[in-house]
Amino acid sequence: MPNKKIRVLIAKPGLDGHDRGAKVIARALRDAGMEVIYTGLRQTPEMIAEAALQEDVDVVGLSILSGAHNALVPQVINKLKANGQDNVFVFLGGIIPETDIPQLLEQGVRKVYGPGTSTAQVSEDICAAVAER
Amino acid sequence: MVQNMIEDIRKGNRLALSRVLSQVESGSTAGSDLLEQLFPLTGHAHKIGITGPPGAGKSTLVNALITSLRQLPADPQVAVIAVDPTSPYSGGAILGDRVRMLDLQSDPKVFIRSMASRGALGGLALQTEAFSQVFDAAGYDFVLIETVGAGQSEVDIVNLAHTTIVVDVPGLGDDIQSIKAGILEIADILIINKADHPGADQTLRNLRTMVEMGYQFSQSAKHRLQSPPSQPALQPAPTTAWKPPILKTIAVDSSGIEALRSAILKHAKWLKQTGEWERKDERNIRATLARQISNLLFSNWQSQVDPALMETTIQTVIDRKKSPQDAIRSLLAL
Repeated sequence: MPNKKIRVLIAKPGLDGHDRGAKVIARALRDAGMEVIYTGLRQTPEMIAEAALQEDVDVVGLSILSGAHNALVPQVINKLKANGQDNVFVFLGGIIPETDIPQLLEQGVRKVYGPGTSTAQVSEDICAAVAER
Repeated sequence: MVQNMIEDIRKGNRLALSRVLSQVESGSTAGSDLLEQLFPLTGHAHKIGITGPPGAGKSTLVNALITSLRQLPADPQVAVIAVDPTSPYSGGAILGDRVRMLDLQSDPKVFIRSMASRGALGGLALQTEAFSQVFDAAGYDFVLIETVGAGQSEVDIVNLAHTTIVVDVPGLGDDIQSIKAGILEIADILIINKADHPGADQTLRNLRTMVEMGYQFSQSAKHRLQSPPSQPALQPAPTTAWKPPILKTIAVDSSGIEALRSAILKHAKWLKQTGEWERKDERNIRATLARQISNLLFSNWQSQVDPALMETTIQTVIDRKKSPQDAIRSLLAL
């Protein structure tokens, strides 16, 4: 019986040390029945793309509170593509100014979630996107 | 397509390898075809199991061990299968072993794959063995298999691994714990991790006593007892039994890891010299065939049984009108 679960990588690129949000999302997606690979703090875009490759994930969730999203996020997306994983649903959470969001979406981020987002919203979006593929 | 994918993974294409693992894990027909084609290429990797209670430091130890194995002159390729538990309620899982293995993300000769147990008991997932075959066929020299945090009876790893490392930590119980059956007695190498914590010497004494007693016993009887009575051991037990070394480590700063690496290499040499390597392979194949046949028979039965009959039978058992034994006879149409 085929048994394909949604696999998600949750990572924190860059140098900020606050991973509460990332852990809350990881736990919420676990409770939504997904398999969540948590790689923790201070990841480079190379490390994130390599982990996504080895784990063959459907989804990559990035949490950034440091303000470095405009520099880090395109690097992660480009490295995923370079590895042949252009089909991965990439979402971003953290403190992201409204004015930066259109550009991030254009670069390939599928969703950007700010403070106060319900975790159910995140898992619904992921399920919908994975079902679409 | 299957043949192409196999060529790709033999050539070191990591995306192909990752996708093959996903196919295998999903239990799809494609996955099972791949495994069938890969099987002739297996039988070379040294499979090393790492087990022990949650929080003992298994992942950190694996991280240190990969680094150490990568420094061997033969420049070996190292794969890791890290199993974490699936929630019995949601079916989801947090796979957090990787977080301890970040030193190795950029080494092209290391491949780490996390796996959720998906309801399997025994400390491994249903497809863990299959994953080890994929890595073996892809040319990996060492396959490290980290079990879920194990209690006392998650001992499936012993059928799969050539070398089983049991990680213990100070302060988990007295000497009665160490003479119980189960996880401690499957060790080929015993580790006392966090050896800088208080109580490490007491743990060492308890384990040493256990090993000494087990060693005397194994000289005479161990290998005979492992075969079921109906199947006499095909080959005689090795003349020199292996005595599990007990090593102290502090995995976070890699102390004691070189001694662990030497013990692993020594164990591999002993396995090959005594013929125990082949005997382990034989035991593993027996266990795998039995498990897969029982899974197959079960799923065949499940797909054929009339769901309405199933429901009414369950209800008659709940109402105490039928015994479970009687229900089984009618459901299996005996």
